[in-house]
Amino acid sequence: MSERIKDTGSLRRRLIFQLLVSVAILSLVLYFTVRVIAERAAETTQDNILGASVVSIIDEVHVVNDQISIDIPYSSLSMLGSVTDDRVFYRITVDGRTLTGYDDLPGLENTTSDTSPVYWTENFRGSEIRLSTQIRPMFFANQTHLVAVTVAQTRNGQALITSRIANTAAAFGLGFFVIASGLSWIAASSALRPLRRAEQSVQRRGPQDLRPMTTEAPREIVPLLLALNSFMDRLRLALGRTEDFITEAAHRVRTPLATVRANAEIALRGTKDKDQRKALRAMIRAVDESSRSASQLLDHAMVSFRSDQIAFEPLDLAEVISQVVTDLSPTSDLRDISINWQVTARPQINGDKILLIGAIRNLLDNAIKYSPRESEIDITLDQAGETCTARICDLGRGLGSDTEETLKKRFKRGGNAVDVVGSGLGLTIADEVARAHGGTLSLKPNQGKGTCVSFSLPRLS
Amino acid sequence: MRFIQFAAAVLTAIFLTAAHAPAYEAEKEMLFEGTGDDELRIISTTDIEVFQPLIEAFQKRHPTLTILYVQASSTAVFDAVTTSPEDHFDLAISSAMDLQTKAANDGFAMDFGSSTTASFPPWSRWRNQVFGFSQEPAVLVASRDAFIGMAAPGSRPELIELLRTHPDWFRGKIGTYDVRTSGLGYLFATQDARQSDGFWRLAEVMGSLSPKLYCCSSSMIEAIESQDILLAYNVLGPYARARIKANGNAVIIPLSDYTNVMMRSVLIPTQATNPQSAGQFIDFLLSTPGRQLLELEAGLPPLVPNSLNTSDSLRPIKLGPGLLVYLDRLKRKKFLEEWENSILQN
Amino acid sequence: MRFLLIEDNKELGRAVKTRLSLDGHAVDWAQRISETDAYLDNAPYDLILLDIMLPDGDGREFLKRHRQQNRKTPVVVITARSEVSDRVHLLDLGADDYITKPFDFSELEARCRAVLRRHGGSAQNEKRFGDLLFSPLAATVTVGGEVRSLRNRELRLLEIFFDSPGRIYPKSQLIDRLFSYDEDVSENAVEVYVGRLRKLISGSSVQIETQRGIGYRMTEK
Repeated sequence: MSERIKDTGSLRRRLIFQLLVSVAILSLVLYFTVRVIAERAAETTQDNILGASVVSIIDEVHVVNDQISIDIPYSSLSMLGSVTDDRVFYRITVDGRTLTGYDDLPGLENTTSDTSPVYWTENFRGSEIRLSTQIRPMFFANQTHLVAVTVAQTRNGQALITSRIANTAAAFGLGFFVIASGLSWIAASSALRPLRRAEQSVQRRGPQDLRPMTTEAPREIVPLLLALNSFMDRLRLALGRTEDFITEAAHRVRTPLATVRANAEIALRGTKDKDQRKALRAMIRAVDESSRSASQLLDHAMVSFRSDQIAFEPLDLAEVISQVVTDLSPTSDLRDISINWQVTARPQINGDKILLIGAIRNLLDNAIKYSPRESEIDITLDQAGETCTARICDLGRGLGSDTEETLKKRFKRGGNAVDVVGSGLGLTIADEVARAHGGTLSLKPNQGKGTCVSFSLPRLS
Repeated sequence: MRFIQFAAAVLTAIFLTAAHAPAYEAEKEMLFEGTGDDELRIISTTDIEVFQPLIEAFQKRHPTLTILYVQASSTAVFDAVTTSPEDHFDLAISSAMDLQTKAANDGFAMDFGSSTTASFPPWSRWRNQVFGFSQEPAVLVASRDAFIGMAAPGSRPELIELLRTHPDWFRGKIGTYDVRTSGLGYLFATQDARQSDGFWRLAEVMGSLSPKLYCCSSSMIEAIESQDILLAYNVLGPYARARIKANGNAVIIPLSDYTNVMMRSVLIPTQATNPQSAGQFIDFLLSTPGRQLLELEAGLPPLVPNSLNTSDSLRPIKLGPGLLVYLDRLKRKKFLEEWENSILQN
Repeated sequence: MRFLLIEDNKELGRAVKTRLSLDGHAVDWAQRISETDAYLDNAPYDLILLDIMLPDGDGREFLKRHRQQNRKTPVVVITARSEVSDRVHLLDLGADDYITKPFDFSELEARCRAVLRRHGGSAQNEKRFGDLLFSPLAATVTVGGEVRSLRNRELRLLEIFFDSPGRIYPKSQLIDRLFSYDEDVSENAVEVYVGRLRKLISGSSVQIETQRGIGYRMTEK
């Protein structure tokens, strides 16, 4: 049962995307701002020239012989042609009546006597034009008349300037966008790197590792990691309590079991009846099996639990093996099995003494269990390069059709071990210990009869 | 069968001619028949004879095209382009740069652009609507015997001096454009007035000597050759060169103070029904073979981009809205009043 | 062997005492730590069997004290804890060996014998019966000056006979004591070992009698 956490998308991608969106918006804003400024500037430029043209004409409005007289200077219109190829229109009115020029050129709605230049845009003869008008009051024929001079120009030239600037702005905007995108990418990746480090340090943990995290992490992640630590603390505590509970329970089961077994032996001694003997022996075997199961379960729990608090220390693996051999000699003697163990090398390893004794003990116990009477068990310890390997070879029934992996899986009994007492955890335990030490466990048939178990660990150089 | 076709053609022609009276007054007309139905209608101020070689060369390239060439005055050309769209002229060629500019400014010209037109300098065209294709100076033409016993004038002030000191010699023997009727004449005169106020002094002096007024450069040259006049002022240079016979009577007198240079220009009116062919003609006009024809056959100097920088006295008239000023009603009225006052003293 | 059993659980204690007695061992049973001193001061024991889970003062305390008092009697600890860590700890505390309950009595005996052998108490060093010299430590018998090696089961078989010389041991009992309960052993297997043993002691005044239908016993010729 595993609850998958829904992947809502990469944080990095999200960050980059949002940064890019911001940059895109900025680029667009930049572009439009420049464009607007360019349009304004171009318009102002055009306005200035139009205004100058109007002024040059209006300056040549005179009263001659009590009549209005206008001499349009050549420069007033030729100056408009110097900058662009826009079409030009003009109109001079007196009190709203056209004096000369394009009759239909639009004029100002309100006839004020404000003499400052006015600029505006209109449509005229199918094109958009920019107009400039100035009014000058003139006194003739006993009256003040308002003379208005309007000069207009199509806006193609201005549009050209604007688009040229806009294109440059667009290029800048695009360049800005590209550069900013690159920088965003870098920034996002670099900003998220501490996150990645924290992630990696969590990932590097073994499946049993419940030690609190001591990694460095950015502030935003710290609460998450602290919660994780607290969670792991609680888990470890719970496991610890469970451990204690199991141990207590096992003990309370073992003492009555010991009583049962002792009494069974007593009963066995007191009867010669074959059936009774058979039954009693069966009883004893059952008790032994349950006891071994309990031991291995506890061993396994211990190994699993201890693996995350491995107290590594330099050890002599040969010494560990010797201790276990001594420990189990009475058991092997009982079956007349001789254990051939010679110390030929003393490789140093970095390991947990308790775990290693547990592992070797389980392997040797297995070997003794599955070896026939009066057979031999060979134990060798070799070192080659970076590793050292303890090999325990028996002449038992071999692996049969089971593969190495299935044997190592929990609770699996070898197909050959049907009538031999023992649960299947021994290999699992040894395998876990090996892996916790960065080593390996492997099984091989022992040249025709029996099994060779190789327990390899990295050496302490 | 053919008779019916012919009759139909004649009837159609009569009908069409009767249906609308052209708004322009054509001086001459010539039809260059092509093999197909497409027609290119050209109205121009240039003499047919001058342009004929170009028309024929163009038609050789486009044999299916029928080309109608109508020669008219510059005002007639302007009117046709601006006031009679039913004429459907595809090209308007005129030496009156101001009128061509105004026609385009007032929205009667079509945009045209090609790689050929783009290869010419920007001052040779306006708005990609008016395209100059020749450079023609305004010159002083004199009879060979005009300055017997005198030093030939090298500038306008010298000319003025000459005229003042020999009034009887030159009385009634000076010719120039009637600027009231000739667009080109008006253009040259107004550009003269722009250049210096010496123009008015010259006008006064000329006016005091009962000048003869002509419509066109060709008539002025003829008048020189037939010895009607001794001097002709503001004659179109290429026409002069073309018309002056080798051992003829006329010579061109260069004036060092300034020489106005005008550009003959072409535009495609908005009323055009065959703008594609019109564009092709413009390209042809500006192309190397076209320019060669222009120079050698038509006698019109083609545009040479840098040539105008070679001499200080050459004053090219620029295409642009400046030309609109002297077309202004009031301005024109004033100018013509002054001109009449000067030239028409008696 | 003479055992001092320190066991608080009445049922288990009774069963252990009975079972050991069946093999001819002498067992004194102390149910509380406080009783042990009295027993120890009274008589010498070959071995102390200590159940480590005792109500008053963990058996560990006893071990520590035992060590401190420099008593020579070896201690085999009966423990419910099978974890290696605990075992190592016990050895460090001063136990000579340990066995996890429920345990096989043959294994218990074997461990006890091994402990005694290691201890090398002079009393345990050599045994005589007739002119047979039996050195359990060296795993040899000496017959007329000739030293003969004993293999494991032969050694154990002889040890069983030497426990109570003259006593009749039924085949079934010998099977129980010589082979583990998960070995499927026929009664003939015992015959094989008896035969081997006879060979080893041939030439001495000692013989192993077959009491047909009853068992075997070691007697002097």
